[in-house]
Amino acid sequence: MLALLLTIPVLLAFVIVTAYAERKVAAWMQDRVGPDLAGPYGLLQPVADVLKLLQKEYIRPAAADPWLFGLAPVLVFGAVLAGFAVLPVAPGVQASNAPTGVFYLLAIVSLDVVGLLLAGWSSGNKFAVLGALRAVAQIVSYEVPIGLAVLAVAVLGGSLDLQTLSYQQGILSPETNYLFGIKALGLDVTHVGGLLTWNIVRMPALTVGFLIYYIAALAECNRAPFDLPEAESELVAGIYTEYSGFRYAAFFLAEYAMMILVCVVASVLFLGSWNTPLPNLGPARLADWTTGAPGTVGGVAWGAGWLTLKVLTLLFGQLWARWTYPRLRVDQLLRLCWKVLTPAALALVVAVALWKIWLG
Amino acid sequence: MATLNALLTGLKLTWRHMVQARHRRRAMDVRQPGFFTETTGDVTVRYPAQGVPVPEVGRYRLHNQMDDCIVCDLCAKICPVQCITIESVKATEDVGTTSDGTKKRLLAPVFDIDLAKCCYCGLCTTVCPTDCLTMTKVYDYAAVDIREMIHHFADLSPEQADEARAKAAEAEAAKAAAKAARKS
Repeated sequence: MLALLLTIPVLLAFVIVTAYAERKVAAWMQDRVGPDLAGPYGLLQPVADVLKLLQKEYIRPAAADPWLFGLAPVLVFGAVLAGFAVLPVAPGVQASNAPTGVFYLLAIVSLDVVGLLLAGWSSGNKFAVLGALRAVAQIVSYEVPIGLAVLAVAVLGGSLDLQTLSYQQGILSPETNYLFGIKALGLDVTHVGGLLTWNIVRMPALTVGFLIYYIAALAECNRAPFDLPEAESELVAGIYTEYSGFRYAAFFLAEYAMMILVCVVASVLFLGSWNTPLPNLGPARLADWTTGAPGTVGGVAWGAGWLTLKVLTLLFGQLWARWTYPRLRVDQLLRLCWKVLTPAALALVVAVALWKIWLG
Repeated sequence: MATLNALLTGLKLTWRHMVQARHRRRAMDVRQPGFFTETTGDVTVRYPAQGVPVPEVGRYRLHNQMDDCIVCDLCAKICPVQCITIESVKATEDVGTTSDGTKKRLLAPVFDIDLAKCCYCGLCTTVCPTDCLTMTKVYDYAAVDIREMIHHFADLSPEQADEARAKAAEAEAAKAAAKAARKS
């Protein structure tokens, strides 16, 4: 209960920061200024947006299914929020210490698509139905490369517990880490830590895994260039067409929460989780200095700080992609998934397994 | 490979623009030096606080110089959207001449231009025989109440207007009477 009460405000704070950053980054990339009238530097703009949405009238179209129409935003946001339960924040800090965290995460986040389908179907609007069809086709397809990329990490770590996977990627690792996961090199980097023990360095093949995950996760959040379910230039607002006011705000919140969720998962699985990126170099014990003992205030602060930094960087990458790339066509979207990402992810799983058996 | 290259090029482009957006492009008139060479930085004109320079001969809000107007009604007739309303009254006494020496014979108790209707074609200014109706460089005159968009140019006060109407009617009556007397 306490974890939930802590998670929601932190999540909202992150959403607000992301929404503001989204507007500003978009503006700068298009040689504009962005919001600059609401408060200093337009900092109050997200607050103004939220207040506006809350004041709006709740309109339900006559053709809509009253129950499902109201249920959809709750389900979408609920699914995403539930995903946050198993995320490790710092050494030893986690809302739910589930031994099958990775599996739970993939399962619960898939519920999101049911909510989106309900939203589109129950609106009684052709644009919404088209959006829902696209959402389902897209998200179900992209579950496959995501699952495979995550599987590669699970194969490497030999665990589905996100906290265990986090410990493995730093100086607190209970196991011995060799450079690039190759025992024959004889370079023990367990106590060097930092960047060298991140999963993408422990197993260099996972760099590809990270890219696959990042691209597929972008599609999973329905973010541009994969925003086909929303596709404002084709489908008005797709699945969100008939929503207004607070319910629209819930979808908006869910979208941003989903972005944050996938970025946290990407950091945890590939980029060293809450571990510091600075390695111990001879007398400069950078990794030791920037890692607190698990369970202490310092440990939590350093861990949460590094994780936040990684997540914000990845979020910026998502914004950057959104304001750079045009939307894919439906066939291009599915081609990318089934002909590029899925085979690559399959090959990756095999490569990681073989690497681990023969070289590790 | 070509695809990856294109993707990278795109990212570099948006990154460059984002970094350059910390400079502000000056709001410039096309005739100022540097208009075509200043190609980086944000382009936003912070509108109410800042304006785009417009030429002296800008063709925006209409203005009528009433002293020079002979109330010929040509502008109201040519206007394609009927945004000019003029009521003319014959002057009974000498009301002077315009600056180009034309004698004024009519008074205008009403000379209204509804700029909410105006389409800025400029036809009224071309037909104006005394060049009293012109377009000015003022473009910033939006109003909350649409009635404020009707600009009144008549230079007679309501009392003066009534007096002029009464005198004109009197003169008309006198003329009609004289005509009737001549006939009988």
